Parts: sequence; structure tokens; C-alpha cells
Amino acid sequence: MGLISSTHSISRYHVDGKIEGSITEKVRNGLIKHSIPKIESEYDEILAGWAPVESPYNPDFNKFSFLFGTYFLFSLRIDKKTIPAKLIQKYMVIEIEKKKKESGRDFLSKNEKSEIKETVTDILIHKIPAIPNVYDVLWNYEEKNLYLYTTQKAANEFFETIFLKSFNLKPIRLFPYTIVETKSKFSNPQKDRVLTLAPLKYSR
Amino acid sequence: MLDIATAYNKYKFLGNDFLTWIWFLIETDQTISSLLNTKDAVTLEVGNSIVLENKLGDKSKEKITIKGDQAGLEEGTTALKKGAWVTQINLICKINEDEYKFTIKGESFNITSLKTPKIELSKKKDEIEGLVLEKAFSCFKIFEVIDTLFLKYLEKRTVDDWNNKGLQDVKNWIESF
Repeated sequence: MGLISSTHSISRYHVDGKIEGSITEKVRNGLIKHSIPKIESEYDEILAGWAPVESPYNPDFNKFSFLFGTYFLFSLRIDKKTIPAKLIQKYMVIEIEKKKKESGRDFLSKNEKSEIKETVTDILIHKIPAIPNVYDVLWNYEEKNLYLYTTQKAANEFFETIFLKSFNLKPIRLFPYTIVETKSKFSNPQKDRVLTLAPLKYSR
Repeated sequence: MLDIATAYNKYKFLGNDFLTWIWFLIETDQTISSLLNTKDAVTLEVGNSIVLENKLGDKSKEKITIKGDQAGLEEGTTALKKGAWVTQINLICKINEDEYKFTIKGESFNITSLKTPKIELSKKKDEIEGLVLEKAFSCFKIFEVIDTLFLKYLEKRTVDDWNNKGLQDVKNWIESF
């Protein structure tokens, strides 16, 4: 569980909007609907979905809780198949040699080579297992705060897309401007003054 | 509210200016607790790294990275004098007896390498919930310190005497090197 590890990387979100009806039930349904499949897909290069924090590799939200105190806590799992470039290179050389022999030619065209590369990549993707990465998500629904325990851009993007699909709520990334807009008690004229600020020049 | 991507780029300077101000607060021994308006004893120290950036005449940038537990910050102060600002800083924050270490990036306020006070780990299922919540609260404390200081900084920057008082204090500090 990333949340109880010794060091953390965290990106923060403000969750805009409200869930109508039973919040816990709607969250449970969203998590189940968009949970990562138990069986790995042979064809997908990348697969992402929710998983319980206590059982990220055997996701079952009926068995494991996502309620911790007044927080919702679950994980985002991203399974990605990465083919090492050298592996593609190796099979490319083998296939190119094979094709040259079959055709009796000394060289292959650019198109033929890219076709071979495509076939080789497809075959390898089916054979290679996906590497899972698990990132915890801690959501304080009442205070509209959400913490994603990673700062990796790709993980943030997956998170934002899946979260919106699952709960129909838009997570707004917290950075200087959005902190002013969503977390400050500044009056509108004060906010306007902030928005007119320009970078400071400290040197004379 | 502005488009998120546009706002991120347009106002990322606010985060960098803020981190530069944080360094100023630390170096000039300002009382963080009173700025935060808290009874807790809160102190900040520069940790083991600081990154500065300086725009050069054309579109290029100069990046100054200082790393190491006992590293001198002279290159950093020289860069400030030349017009650079802090883009990332490793901080040690003490709240009463508890020590937190983390790196914060100005443009995103992303927190990396956050080390919170040690909590006894347990494998018992009924204790996991308590453990998770305790860890979470530790992280929240740091965000509370950062957000409160950031909004306090903006309050100061948007008052009429900022140019005469606040900005001048920072300039005097930079000139003192």
C-alpha cells in the first residue's frame, strides 16, 4: 500500500460537483464498473482501472473495503506492456533475413521493413506480460479534496479520465492558480488582484 | 475559472515567486508560526536541494541545481542576484516534535520524496485503518502549512505597500550577499 510506505509523491485535486443519492453506493458502483479486469488482456498494450488498496492484484470491491474512516481509499492500477527496443531489433533482423531468403532479393523496401516491424511488435505484445503500477487515491468527499499518490504525468492523465467516467465528477488539479480559485477565502476583488500579478524582478 | 492548461502556464510564476519568498523567510529567520497564525511551533529549513532558473536574453534558460546535505548555497544566492528564481526546493518542516522532509515544485505544487514522522507499522487488519488515517493526517499537515503560507504570501503581495515593504525586504536580502 503506497500510502503507508516511507516516502510519498503526491498530486492534489479539488473535486468539483456532487453525487446525488447514496454517495457510498454510487462510489462503490463507479469503482466496480471501472475496476481493472482480473484477467489480463492479451491484446491491450495499456490497461487502467480501480482496485482495492488491500488487494490490488485480485480486485474485488465486494470483498475489500474502500471506506476508511470518512475517506474513500482505493488504488489506480495501470498495467502496461513495454517491449524493449532491443527485443524488437532482434526479431526484426531475424524476420528481414527470412524474407530476403524467401524473395531471393538482397534488400527490402522501407514499406516492407515497417510492415515487418508492425508484425513483430504485435506478436511480442501478445507474448509479453503487462507490468502493473499501483497508485493510491485518498478522497475526502465532504471537503472536495483528493490526493493521488504519484506525480507521474501519464498516471495523472489516466486518473483524471477514469475518475470522470466513474463518478461523473471533474477532478481539478491543484496548483497555484487553482488553489486561489478553489481553496482561498479571497473576495472577488482580491482574486482579481492576484490574477493581475506579474513575475517579480528581484535583481536591481 | 480559466482553462486549466492556460492557467497552469500563465500563473506558474506565482509558485516560483512563492518558493523564492520561502527561502527568504528561512534565511531571514522569520517566525513561520506567527505567519501561519498557529499555536504549533512550526519551523522551516532548506533541505538537501534547491533548483533555480533564470531567463536569458533569448528564449533560453539557465538552470542552477544545488544538491547535497551540506551543500553551500552560494551559487544559488549568486543566481538570485542575477535575476533567477527558485523553481524547486527541498524543505525540512518541523511541527512541534515532528519532522517532515519533502521537495516541492513551484509551478505544480507537486510534493515528492515526502517523509513523514515514523509510525509503527502493523499487519493486523483492524489496525490498518488507523494506520492509514494517521499517515494521511501527516500528509495533510504539510499541505495545510504550504497552502496557508501561499495564501498569506498572496495576501501580502496584493496589498498596496508590497512594493515598498515586502518586495523591498526580499531585494535587500538578495543585495546583502
